[in-house]
Amino acid sequence: MSAIEKISLDQTELLRFITAGSVDDGKSTLIGRLLHDSKSIFEDQLSSITNTTRKRGMEGVDLSLLTDGLQAEREQGITIDVAYRYFATPKRKFIIADTPGHEQYTRNMVTGASTANLAIILVDARNGVLTQSKRHSFLASLVGIPHIVVAINKMDLVDYSQSVFEDICKDFAAFAEDLNLKNIVYIPMSALRGDMVVERGDQLNWYQGTTLIDLLESVSIEHDVNLDDFRYPIQWVCRPQTQDLHDFRGYMGRIESGSIQVGDDITLLPSGLKSRIKEIVMYEGTVKEAYAPQSVTLTIEDHLDISRGDVFVKTGDTPQVTQAFNAMLCWLSEQPLDPNRKYLIKHTARMVKAVVGQIDYRVDVNTMQHEATSTLNMNDIAHVSIKVQKPLVCDDYSRNRATGCFILIDESTNNTVAAGMIDSPNK
Amino acid sequence: MSSHTFTHLDALESEAVHIMREVAAECANPVLLFSGGKDSIVMLRLAEKAFRPGRFPFPLMHIDTEHNFPEVIEFRDRRAKELGERLIVRSMEDSIKKGRVVLRSEDQSRNPFQSVTLLDAIAEFEFDACIGGARRDEEKARAKERIFSFRDEFGQWDPKNQRPELWDIYNTRTHPGENIRVFPISNWTELDVWEYIARENLEVPNIYFAHTREVIRRDSGLLPVSHLVQPQDNEQVENIVVRFRTVGDMSCTCPVESDAANIIDIITETAMTRITERGATRMDDQTSDASMELRKKEGYF
Repeated sequence: MSAIEKISLDQTELLRFITAGSVDDGKSTLIGRLLHDSKSIFEDQLSSITNTTRKRGMEGVDLSLLTDGLQAEREQGITIDVAYRYFATPKRKFIIADTPGHEQYTRNMVTGASTANLAIILVDARNGVLTQSKRHSFLASLVGIPHIVVAINKMDLVDYSQSVFEDICKDFAAFAEDLNLKNIVYIPMSALRGDMVVERGDQLNWYQGTTLIDLLESVSIEHDVNLDDFRYPIQWVCRPQTQDLHDFRGYMGRIESGSIQVGDDITLLPSGLKSRIKEIVMYEGTVKEAYAPQSVTLTIEDHLDISRGDVFVKTGDTPQVTQAFNAMLCWLSEQPLDPNRKYLIKHTARMVKAVVGQIDYRVDVNTMQHEATSTLNMNDIAHVSIKVQKPLVCDDYSRNRATGCFILIDESTNNTVAAGMIDSPNK
Repeated sequence: MSSHTFTHLDALESEAVHIMREVAAECANPVLLFSGGKDSIVMLRLAEKAFRPGRFPFPLMHIDTEHNFPEVIEFRDRRAKELGERLIVRSMEDSIKKGRVVLRSEDQSRNPFQSVTLLDAIAEFEFDACIGGARRDEEKARAKERIFSFRDEFGQWDPKNQRPELWDIYNTRTHPGENIRVFPISNWTELDVWEYIARENLEVPNIYFAHTREVIRRDSGLLPVSHLVQPQDNEQVENIVVRFRTVGDMSCTCPVESDAANIIDIITETAMTRITERGATRMDDQTSDASMELRKKEGYF
């Protein structure tokens, strides 16, 4: 009986993860192995890649072909962008952000990592911790991925040696000390042979820890969202103005963090006006309490002037309301940063004009050294100060992802040119 | 704070509602595409969750190939009426009359030409955003497409030049004449859709359930007999119990042999099935390994 058959309706959680590594690390093979061994590959997909494997003059099934997407990529044997894959086990549903490992890696990995609960950083057991493993780890820490798995792959090519595994763990731990990485788990594996991915295999008996799939199924993600600080950016004001709902004003949005109950005192930002929660309206009816990341509709006791982009917080738990802040910025566009230009910043439900005032330093993602620069090119990561036209309601990204992140948009092309993480709102 | 069970369906629903509200707030003139199929039925419920007790801040629109199953069209009209929302129907027949679409034969699949009628309707109403029910698990070109997928003046998708999409901050901006396709259920799988239909107790057209139908076997699949599909020499008409996994153009939408008579049967069958939804049911996606990618580049949804 396949794993999928036992899925119980509506009782499984969702985990999003990213795989970081190059083709040479066996990343595509690992994803293929996860999909294959969890019975998530369909027959027609399998027969299609079996044919392709044969066409390329190879035998068996090349699982890495499963993640090849577009015609252009198949012709050139490369992957050009972030692809999303889905699979499920009886315990959880999974979304994989699969990012290719070539020169645009920074941009793609930051994109895939932005929504991830967990990152799998692949290390080739023959090579140990290389520059690129360090780069991937730095990016994972930059984006604040809550859980890290270091997958030490290709153990079959080092005779499943325990000492090779332990040396790599030691090296990685030493260099990760300087990074803000939490919850690191090390797993030895062979994605090609299937050891320690879904099945334990019989070659790694010295390893007492979990398989990769066991970890993915059991890692606690409840605290990945900030459960303390209520933040509620208004997306849409609902005023039906019908006969029976003549005076109804519902403030629609998603609870980005924390929770709220009927009767709670709230403050509207940036204005600072105060009120109290009257109702929490759901499609099915009203409820007494709601929590992140639910999308809800709130009504309040008082009649205030409220529009999109305003934020409800609990009175007494106030974030920064500021027109200037510092941030780590990842430049995504082929057009370099022009410090003389105004960009649009989109932060929660608000879009205003912004200027990148000063570049404090750029980070060399291979050495993590800081260096001076006057502009930013694609894939650059830098610490900058930003000024905005109207006050934003924000938190430090490390405390609250949802209210600490933003994008910059070039008004002339409408392209998304940068992604930012606020690290000190009040300077 | 007490602990809550926030299931995968809760997570997917909240994400989709958030996306719909972003479109409503930031786009000047959006439209929600509604075909009467299961994905768009889910989309309507999500729109209710996003905007009730208010009205939808956009009309519904169907691009009608006029090769649709009559049960689905009946359902489409009834559902729009029940919701009290405005339904726009634009027919491919008009595009054919205007000479915008030239068919080789009357019974040929019309799916490839839907994009012409869609682009004409977008121009007619000046829509800047079309909200659709496509999912990334359907096909490998879709797996690489953004939730907010930007199209140029010709409705074309350029897979190599997509806007980066980070966190849940969406860039909705367009220049005049350009538009965005928005896919709020990008992250749903076929199984998620059926589980949601069950959880929300949503009605779907009865051709999704097992029924006896006249079919012929052609190439690797079954084809429903209709005025568009008639048996050719040496093809036998058979009466078998089938159901549809997708509902589209009658000339190329293949039913699968199934005795799934209710939603729970369908969920069980979907969870166990070993063939992808499009692989099983769409002949037009099987012509080449990259057929969906090519159609999308031409402006297909």
